[in-house]
Amino acid sequence: MTANEEVPTLVTPDMEARRGVWGDERVSPPVEASDIRKWAIASYWPEKPPRLFWDAEYAAGTKYGSIVAPQDFNPFAWPIERSPRVEGGSRAPGQRGMNGGQVERYGVPMRVGDVITSRTRLKGWTERTTSLGPTLFTETEIEWRNQRGEHVKTRISTGIRY
Amino acid sequence: MAVNVTYDSLNVGDAMPEWSRETDFMNWNRYAAVNDEFVYIHMDDEAGKAALNEQGAFGMGNLRYTYMLNALRDWLGDEARIMECGLRYRARNQKRDVLTVTGTITDKTLEDGMQLVHLEMNVVNQDGDSTSPGHAVVALD
Repeated sequence: MTANEEVPTLVTPDMEARRGVWGDERVSPPVEASDIRKWAIASYWPEKPPRLFWDAEYAAGTKYGSIVAPQDFNPFAWPIERSPRVEGGSRAPGQRGMNGGQVERYGVPMRVGDVITSRTRLKGWTERTTSLGPTLFTETEIEWRNQRGEHVKTRISTGIRY
Repeated sequence: MAVNVTYDSLNVGDAMPEWSRETDFMNWNRYAAVNDEFVYIHMDDEAGKAALNEQGAFGMGNLRYTYMLNALRDWLGDEARIMECGLRYRARNQKRDVLTVTGTITDKTLEDGMQLVHLEMNVVNQDGDSTSPGHAVVALD
């Protein structure tokens, strides 16, 4: 490629329009003790998970005063309505993707009965040529608050498209 | 009340205890069930191969992230607060990999009345390959 050739971009007009704009909110069903217990069992499998996540009597004696959810607990799992998923994705250049990683910052813990509201926005992106060819790194910001408006979590996810 | 370590007992350069899991469909399917994460590349060897993973189905990145949090909790006690955790996915979690979470303290700071411990972390496989370099910040009250 010469200095005069145009560098191909994977940035779309739709991305430009959505940059920094919060999307529609999603509201979770109330957090259930059984959901927390099953989450903890699955994520610690095959070892027994900490009592804080399933033993109400023990949890009452901690600084939390009750069972709380692990920070990674997902109260939005198993929605009634869901978007169609495209299995396998595209193999076409510029349409291939992978999960690049995430950073999460935590506020108050999720408790039984909490209802979590989530909102999402495309935070920004960088583009550069890698061994995969022209590669786009997008940052998506997801913010969770509970029914009292308290900050629960902010997640920055990095998506990679090439 | 589970408080396993104190701020004063930790030093920059200290390594946290390693935390390991051998992973296969028993772990992945349970995690898929609670996270509603049913994706063919994590369930079906043919789909994994179609996604250019010669060994077939492979594990979820989210589960590796969960393992990082689990390692921190098991070390610090469940009353320590994880303030921040992040990682980058560098390699896939293959079937029967033994994943080990590692961490080293890089800094200790006092901010807004909190005693914070900063760590450089990773999830390595049985060959010592880094699959998920990352970091964490925890508060020890």
